[in-house]
Amino acid sequence: MKFAIVMIAVLVTMVLALSRAIAGPTVFDRILALNMFGTKTVLLIAVVSFLVGRPDFLDLALVYALVNFIGVIAVLRYSQHGHFGDVPADPGDGEDGGPI
Amino acid sequence: MILIALLALLVATAWTVVRLRSLFATVMLTGIYSFLGASWMLLLDAPDVAFTEAAVGAGISTVIMLATLSLTTREEKVCRFRVLPLLVVVATGAALVYATLDMPVHGDPAAPAHLHVAPEYIADVVPTPDGEVLQVGIPNVVTAVLASYRGYDTLGETVVIFTAGVAVMLLLRRPRREDES
Repeated sequence: MKFAIVMIAVLVTMVLALSRAIAGPTVFDRILALNMFGTKTVLLIAVVSFLVGRPDFLDLALVYALVNFIGVIAVLRYSQHGHFGDVPADPGDGEDGGPI
Repeated sequence: MILIALLALLVATAWTVVRLRSLFATVMLTGIYSFLGASWMLLLDAPDVAFTEAAVGAGISTVIMLATLSLTTREEKVCRFRVLPLLVVVATGAALVYATLDMPVHGDPAAPAHLHVAPEYIADVVPTPDGEVLQVGIPNVVTAVLASYRGYDTLGETVVIFTAGVAVMLLLRRPRREDES
């Protein structure tokens, strides 16, 4: 019962994050929504794994957290430099492509 | 109930991906779509598929799509032929749905996939009462099949994925500008 209530709360939070990703006027709203959605997925997996009595799913939650972290780092780097490779010596001058 | 909620969120995300013109926001939303799909697969008791979906869909694909965006453009062009893509998608979807009609019922123990070699594999993996493991000695059935029974198959898949990775890295490399050299 406890886990079910928590699961519903996490689902509601996921809906809120998704609505921000859909509506979000700026790029940073969407980046934050993606990051938050990944975190909520980790929480959902953790809660569901205890709800169905298979706590070994927690390893998956850890992998999701790592993937989410790397993805957000990549997105932020892209949104700052406009590309990935050949980063200039002084960061943030946005030589070509430029920040979004 | 939670499966239906996740499916509804998937539909909402897919609809938004279709509607949006900003490709950067589309990449963000496909990342969310992958997380949703992976959670859904996990709830259907397929943790290995969910593992792959999260690593590839939400991790690698986002980075590769962003690298592609930095080489191309950030806004989607409005297509003049709007009916043709819709027709292609509807025809493909109809063919896939038609193909599922022949499949056995979900979880049917008499399905051909459960009758051919699976009992032998399971009998080999599960140890005998004296604790003796018969052939491969790997306690997980999926791992035993992937790494031992179909080891050459997995090796071939790895070669294919490695080749694809090399090709993608070559394609996404930024061209060196001539005026700096």
